[in-house]
Amino acid sequence: MRRTVKITVALAAASLIATSCAQGDEGPEATQASEDICETAEGDGPQIGLAYDVGGRGDQSFNDSAYEGLKQAVEELDATCTEAEAGPGENDATREERLRTLADEGFDPIIGVGFIYSVAAQNVAKEPDYRDVNFAVVDGFAEAPNVANLVFAAQEGSFLVGAAAALKTEVGHVGFVGGVDGPLIQSFEAGFVAGVEEVDPSIQIDIKYLTQNQDEAVKGFENPPGGRAAANGMYESGADIVYHAAGKSGLGVFQAVESAGDGHWAIGVDSDQYKTVGQSQKPYILTSMLKRVDVGVQEYIKAVVEGDAPSGFVTYDLSSDGVGYSTTGGFVDDIAEQLDEYKQQIIDGGIKVPDTP
Amino acid sequence: MTAVRRLATVLAAPLLAFVVAGVVTSLILLMAGDSVSRFWDALFRMPDARNFVNIINNSVVLYLSGLAAAICFRMKLFNIGVEGQYRVAVFAAAVFAGQAWLPGYLNTAVAVLVAMLVGALWAGIAGLLRATRGVSEVISTIMLNSIAGTLVAYLLRQVGERRGETMTTTPLPRDSWVGGIPLIPGEASKVYGFAVLAVLAGVAYWLILNRTRFGFELRATGASQPAALASGVDVKRMVVMAMLLSGAVAGLVGMPLLFGTDHAYASTFQSGIGFTGIAVALLGRNHPIGIALGAIVFSFLIEQSNVLDIVAQVSPDVVVVTQGVIVMSVVIAYEVVRRYRNTAEQRGVARSMGGPSGKQETEGVVA
Repeated sequence: MRRTVKITVALAAASLIATSCAQGDEGPEATQASEDICETAEGDGPQIGLAYDVGGRGDQSFNDSAYEGLKQAVEELDATCTEAEAGPGENDATREERLRTLADEGFDPIIGVGFIYSVAAQNVAKEPDYRDVNFAVVDGFAEAPNVANLVFAAQEGSFLVGAAAALKTEVGHVGFVGGVDGPLIQSFEAGFVAGVEEVDPSIQIDIKYLTQNQDEAVKGFENPPGGRAAANGMYESGADIVYHAAGKSGLGVFQAVESAGDGHWAIGVDSDQYKTVGQSQKPYILTSMLKRVDVGVQEYIKAVVEGDAPSGFVTYDLSSDGVGYSTTGGFVDDIAEQLDEYKQQIIDGGIKVPDTP
Repeated sequence: MTAVRRLATVLAAPLLAFVVAGVVTSLILLMAGDSVSRFWDALFRMPDARNFVNIINNSVVLYLSGLAAAICFRMKLFNIGVEGQYRVAVFAAAVFAGQAWLPGYLNTAVAVLVAMLVGALWAGIAGLLRATRGVSEVISTIMLNSIAGTLVAYLLRQVGERRGETMTTTPLPRDSWVGGIPLIPGEASKVYGFAVLAVLAGVAYWLILNRTRFGFELRATGASQPAALASGVDVKRMVVMAMLLSGAVAGLVGMPLLFGTDHAYASTFQSGIGFTGIAVALLGRNHPIGIALGAIVFSFLIEQSNVLDIVAQVSPDVVVVTQGVIVMSVVIAYEVVRRYRNTAEQRGVARSMGGPSGKQETEGVVA
């Protein structure tokens, strides 16, 4: 009896240490020195603080896109920067404290990556000590004079990749994998569905969210096996093109399309994902819906430095190339004309893209 | 002399635990390639007044969660379901209070009762399953957590309204909010008014467990079920009662947040408190004061994680690992100290009796 207790304790301790190593190792690996602009930047320009939600960099999509914008701004403006990341199970008070700590350390502007920072940024920005600090929230909805909400018309870009999927499908059957079922990702779904139906209303569309539960961000956006299972299901039931809006879980969608083989496509999201997937997956990435978080972050930082910090909602849509679709790989070149036509119609207001399904 | 010695053995376990935790955490930092000295510097950087307020506030929430778990642990019932219980409870309370059927603080008071009731009912499902069907409460509460999350998400979509990219219930009327206590003069952030609730819950926990027949029966069932049964305790009834009570306290977990800061249940409402509460209860060894200390240690670490991340460039994951290491160290240290004390006592008794025959007896008494 005693021995088993001892062994159990030893095993538990060993596994704890082992998992913690794995966790700890992830950090330096994901943020290699050459990859980490904030470790090496040494300018005397502005000090930029970037705060991510749980997970942070390494999703090859949303967060990485924000980092890309930060990187360009740092290089361009001779700036320095730091990145902060949320821990699991936080409340607004913890997020507020992160923004305050960044401000206390002299960072300005401070950018929250993800709508989760909206309330926190609004509260901190109104406090007397921080009224002069510039805040921005990507996808945000904060209301304070010194907060800018960088919002994206994701439904417009999704409409175009939806149209692309409809034009490219050979079997009249496509799919959508979303991360967390909530207003944000629903705008991707709504745009995609509208785009497909604009081309051909008879096309069958499978829709699957990895979780309905909005506080399971990890299950939704950090879950490649879940993304793979969802996409596999769609390919097996006959769909030949799957669009994902699921952050890192989308990497699983790409694994699924690779194993589904020729005649199947996946559509990326946020960044041009053709560029970041492995060689073996490149032939299957039809296009990516671009949500130019990088442009938003970069332009915001520049505006702050020029003394022209925006406030309220800064909208990035098709007309400002804040959203769009990628052409790397050349798989949509043959339908580029039609897609550009749709794009023009949306910009002109001829097509109104819904943002709720 | 004996008083000093007793104090030494009482303090030995926690001290040993924190030394071990410190060493293990440093090793992990070394392996992760982080700076060990920067970690400790940042960790023990003097928090600002507002950080103290945050630590207290977070402790209040974790304390309630720890208490909820501890009630069942005292009976050796492993209620993993505080997570789901507080979630359904706070959602129900938020929906109820948002309707503003009752005026002012009456609305608040009834909403708190609603939360306790809903939490108790949710936990009661697992209690009933255990008592009538023998379903392990570990399994059923884990599943109920999952169901709770999905159920609340679904209901929120039905009754909630959209705010930006989140869904939220109708905000509470302003006169039902519970104001803060300005604990530190000149500091804008305030301690939750519902901190009082946590103190009351702690006192009630101690009284019920140590000064009532119910508490005695609960502890007796925890110590030995067959013995409790033999002495006339209705064990099945105790299982259900303990789960109900635990669930009712779990219902309180979200109250400081709901009435103090959030004023509505939104899809961004804090998650994971129930799981952290289990660790806090373990850390506090199910003792009302111990749980409070455990909650403060955890809150301190959570509060410092921002400084660690931003100033010392240590990933917040390491803070979570540190919390785990502390819990493990405490469990192990208490076991080590207990054994040391056992053998010391055995030796003492053996010496006084002049032979090794006393060994068996003391073992039984101490255990």
